Amino acid sequence: MAKIQLNGKKIVIKSNYSILDLLKKYKLNNKKVAIELNGIIIPKIKYKKKYLKNNDKVEVVHFIGGG
Amino acid sequence: MTKDLFKVAGRSLKSRLIVGTGKYKNFSETAKSVKASGADMVTVAVRRVNILDKKKPILTDYLDPKKIIFLPNTAGCFNSNEALRTLRLAREMGGWKLVKLEVLGDKKTLYPNMLETIKSTRTLVKEGFKVMVYCTDDPLLAKKLEDNGASAIMPLASPIGSGLGIQNKVNISLIIKQSKVPVIVDAGIGTASDATVAMEMGCDGVLINSAIANAKKPILMAKAFKDAVISGRNSFLAGRMAKKLFASPSSPLKGLI
Repeated sequence: MAKIQLNGKKIVIKSNYSILDLLKKYKLNNKKVAIELNGIIIPKIKYKKKYLKNNDKVEVVHFIGGG
Repeated sequence: MTKDLFKVAGRSLKSRLIVGTGKYKNFSETAKSVKASGADMVTVAVRRVNILDKKKPILTDYLDPKKIIFLPNTAGCFNSNEALRTLRLAREMGGWKLVKLEVLGDKKTLYPNMLETIKSTRTLVKEGFKVMVYCTDDPLLAKKLEDNGASAIMPLASPIGSGLGIQNKVNISLIIKQSKVPVIVDAGIGTASDATVAMEMGCDGVLINSAIANAKKPILMAKAFKDAVISGRNSFLAGRMAKKLFASPSSPLKGLI
């Protein structure tokens, strides 16, 4: 178990949980998002092997309408 | 006649109208308006995914970045660090380096902070980005952006979302005259004729969001802007007649009965 912050919200995840697992849980298409882990951008190819740990801060962003 | 190409940051565009995708009632209206506008480039913003509401439709369900060029912006960023963070995320998301930089300086006027804008442009260019830059209509600062590697200069016509049209034609003209990169009027255009005026002055393009999205019939307004931009461009290329103080008859006087 680990407590992390996802887009400012506290959530609890299982141990050995990767970014890819997180994306799957929230049904997010990895092609349509970008991810920052503790302020550092994580390249898409690393989603599978990047495991989350206690107190990690994850930001998941995508494109929305804008001027 | 040679083809009137519009090239910006190494990309050839068919339309000189770039449209924003914000402020629409829903994504269906956004997509229909973009289609009616004929634009091949649209601006988009970068925001947190709403993780709680998985069923909510998203922009990319309606606009395909493979079919239309997405120009990620930094709307809402008030300093260089925020803007750089946003655009680096945008690059990771889509894999493209063409971006719109706007660093705001004041919440009420949304006037750009030019010191932070110039600083950010320099950093982004170094990192290999192609940067189209929202800026004030000050010719000296516009030149500074160009010297720092901006791919397009995008001076405001008037404050973002104000619909006041071009407030300082002289400055916009000076920027057009001096710039070697495309000049695109961004922000403040209120209605189709404003876009025609900008194009007649010799702007390379216009960027419109609120004037279309806030119209009573956005899709029809998008079409109006498409025509207005083509009309203004043709008028610029045709070269207007000289202004005279007194009348000059349109019908010949010879053979008058």
